[in-house]
Amino acid sequence: MTTLQVPMIARPVHPEGIWGWITTIDHKRIGILYGVTAFINFLIGGIEALLMRVQLSGSNAEIISPEVFNQLFTMHGTTMIFLAIMPLGAAFFNFVIPLQIGARDVAFPRLNAFSYWVFLAGTLLLHMSWFLGQSPNAGWFAYAPLTGLDYNPGKGIDFWIVSLQVLGIASLAAAFNFIVTIVNMRAPGMGMMRMPLFTWMTLITAILLVLAFPVITVALFELLLDRSYGTNFFFAPAGGDPVLWQHLFWVFGHPEVYILILPAMGIVSEILPTFSRKPLFGYSTVVIAGVVIAFMGWLVWSHHMFTVGLGPIPNSVFTITTMAIAVPTGIKIFNWIGTMWKGSVDFRTPMLFAVGFIVTFTIGGISGVMHAMSSSDAQQQDTYFIVAHFHYVLFGGAIMALFGAIYYWFPKYSGRMYNEAEGKMHFWLMFLGQNLTFFPMHFLGMDGMPRRIFTYGADMGWTELNALQTAGAFVIVLAVLVMMKNLWQSWRSGSPAPSDPWDARTLEWSISSPPPEYNFEQIPVVQDRDDWWARKRGLVPRRAPAGASSDGHGIHLPQPSFWPLVAAIGIFVGAWGILYSIPVLAIGGAIMMVGLYAWSFEPVNDPEPQDGEGD
Amino acid sequence: MSILKRPQMRPVVVALAALALAALSACTIDNPQSTFDTLGPVARSQATIFYIIMYAGLVVFALVMGLIIYATIRYRRRYSDLDPEQVHGNSTLEMAWTIIPALILIAVAVPTINALFDNSVSPDPDALTVRATANQWWFEFEFEELGVVTANELHIPVGEVINVELDATDVIHSFWVPKLAGKVDMIPNNDNTMWMQADEEGVFFGQCAEFCGESHALMRFRVVAESREDFDRWVAEQLADAAAPSDPLSRQGHDLFMSLEAECWSCHTVRGSSIAYGDVGPDLTHFASRMHMGSGIMDNTHENLVRWLTDPNEVKPGNVMARDGSVYNDPERALTDPEITALAAYLRSLE
Repeated sequence: MTTLQVPMIARPVHPEGIWGWITTIDHKRIGILYGVTAFINFLIGGIEALLMRVQLSGSNAEIISPEVFNQLFTMHGTTMIFLAIMPLGAAFFNFVIPLQIGARDVAFPRLNAFSYWVFLAGTLLLHMSWFLGQSPNAGWFAYAPLTGLDYNPGKGIDFWIVSLQVLGIASLAAAFNFIVTIVNMRAPGMGMMRMPLFTWMTLITAILLVLAFPVITVALFELLLDRSYGTNFFFAPAGGDPVLWQHLFWVFGHPEVYILILPAMGIVSEILPTFSRKPLFGYSTVVIAGVVIAFMGWLVWSHHMFTVGLGPIPNSVFTITTMAIAVPTGIKIFNWIGTMWKGSVDFRTPMLFAVGFIVTFTIGGISGVMHAMSSSDAQQQDTYFIVAHFHYVLFGGAIMALFGAIYYWFPKYSGRMYNEAEGKMHFWLMFLGQNLTFFPMHFLGMDGMPRRIFTYGADMGWTELNALQTAGAFVIVLAVLVMMKNLWQSWRSGSPAPSDPWDARTLEWSISSPPPEYNFEQIPVVQDRDDWWARKRGLVPRRAPAGASSDGHGIHLPQPSFWPLVAAIGIFVGAWGILYSIPVLAIGGAIMMVGLYAWSFEPVNDPEPQDGEGD
Repeated sequence: MSILKRPQMRPVVVALAALALAALSACTIDNPQSTFDTLGPVARSQATIFYIIMYAGLVVFALVMGLIIYATIRYRRRYSDLDPEQVHGNSTLEMAWTIIPALILIAVAVPTINALFDNSVSPDPDALTVRATANQWWFEFEFEELGVVTANELHIPVGEVINVELDATDVIHSFWVPKLAGKVDMIPNNDNTMWMQADEEGVFFGQCAEFCGESHALMRFRVVAESREDFDRWVAEQLADAAAPSDPLSRQGHDLFMSLEAECWSCHTVRGSSIAYGDVGPDLTHFASRMHMGSGIMDNTHENLVRWLTDPNEVKPGNVMARDGSVYNDPERALTDPEITALAAYLRSLE
């Protein structure tokens, strides 16, 4: 093996337009790609939800067929969790983390691009199942044996398996990248206990991802073998155990829930101090509470299985561990209120979302403790009460915080200010809409309405509340339309944003909006937990920055690359091979290997960096 | 000066009013599957635990909301504001809001776990036992010791402990009669058990609670709680062989049912007949004694039966009879309208 000149395509240098985006390895652009893709997925998942709400608006409605309804709730759950909330979080990990820790990019910029393209591949795969008429239809947790060939002969479940596997690759690559970035690339002086809360929660989330995704990967692989090659991991007739699937799924699934909510908690912990002009109350406690929540997330999975018949002893154990999680969660809520206490609270749009988050998340937290009580949970499990609970934590929680983040960092990533009045209108419409949609679900659950039913009888007494919820869903639609109009117009023609419009506290606000490609002209030396605030207020002595450079000249940045995209295309093609034809898998594998090989041998900078590189 | 008078709070006022309305309309415990209208000891103990945690939760919620509303009014930024004091925390307070919630949780955990054991372990293991078997999408109920097999309508004696053995033949289902007891899943190859007891006579709604495929929403059942005498009479009736068809129309239906053309017998049991001992579909020996048909989704009437026999897939999409029954999947063997009328007459004669 001698030196082989692999890259036959010259490495792109400062490509313009669309090629600039396709070959980008700039964490800020990748963050925007993640954000836009995830938002489109949020709209798709929302349309799926609306169709269900229309079908359920009256009793015995026949608008949507049962089979399509079952596909809708499966796709709605899978889309919102894996294609909307997780990547919206990833959008902010990408955009914000290097800025918050004073770095010029993530540790592995090309791996970062690879994560995005693989995520896009998984997204396309899952959505394409609609056009092939075979969307998955067994719910987002896909309980065996309903996923077996005997009961589910179509390709839908295979699409679900394969796209989740592909998304898992993207998540793992991103998680490793962010762990290495956060551990290694912080600016000098930023010890672990000086990291901004959002960076902390991202680190914890990434560790959870690395530990949780292998479990679902194994489970999905076993399910794929069961379906494709007749093995019997989960299917009862030949001695498999359907409950094994539930254990595997929820050992992944519960940490996954925290993967969704911890970034939201981090966002809120950034917004509240900024708009209260006070440091986060009890920083160490909030950090430790986050770590404890993440650790305990591994000890509670069977609370999803209280009615499986594990017996009173396991159910007692999981009752206690689950209830215990309420303690660190409560600590966070009280510390957030403590942050506002005696502050100077400015109710800009991001702050409204952050405070709204505390309100709705508290409701979801309390109904979570209700679910933890395994004896009474036997009445609530698999009813609309649980649907209410997880929409309060995921819509009222995660989405509220992420929308808050969209406004909070809007000046930073777009370089423009959003329209404040429309932002507030968005918040109030959404707050109203979500409570109209999801609060009545508590009553429906207690009134005995099971989840995942495509219809119900007129004699059940559920009609009025369901109609109210459907009306609420359309209020949410209105809220999202207001948001889209605002973001679209502001991004195109909003007034230019100053570097620090909120008088904020963390490093991303110390550089221009939008930041230059190289982020920091001079890597800052961090001397305080809220370093930017301390510098602005003259609370810390001025120190010579590390890596002095006055105007960005001579800053070496890695250059754009095609190869992460090529490798991702290989995975996309290979996934179709798993679904339809094994030879195609080999073709996909070959494309991926070419991509990975060329990527490995691609020099960091090719051609030689020129003067004025980073302008 | 009330915060609710601020113009930007108007949507909140509307929301609160709407929620209050919604709550009121939901407070009718007459709804057939209300878990608040408890009519058995298991459901009652579960509701008690629910009330405990709900009231505890309401107190916590009121506290959090009070603090937030106070903070949003009291600490709203004014133009004259200087930077507030940069408070970094307060160990005493943080200890307090760690320990107090923990103590509250311990306090509610004790009754919860007590109730859990009470509800899981039958107080009378020798009591009447029924084996409930779930199928896509109907329930079979068998009292082995009494020799009674029926479908979708479970009769039980009032005021007695009933032990339920739960099984499933295909996918996972869940057995749930909200007014009597919380649900327990029915899983192939897993021998789950539960117990329940009805304190009053009545007809109670049940529904499958674990998603089990296309027509999951149409998998319902009823529990009929009746006096011991009525229950014994019901058992005696169920033990009898099927009634012989008396009029010409139902005789014609009987002959069709037992014919090689229709093959109904290959999946259904009609005890007392010579060939109908199929075990794929519900036992029809005393079909006409049931109030409902199609797994609790419609009244047992001639019209509904005709609708079902004409196009079962329209009534319950994806069901096994529509898929595998030769008169439904082979157009050449499709039943004619007079044949359906005759079959319906026969089934309606099976008192």
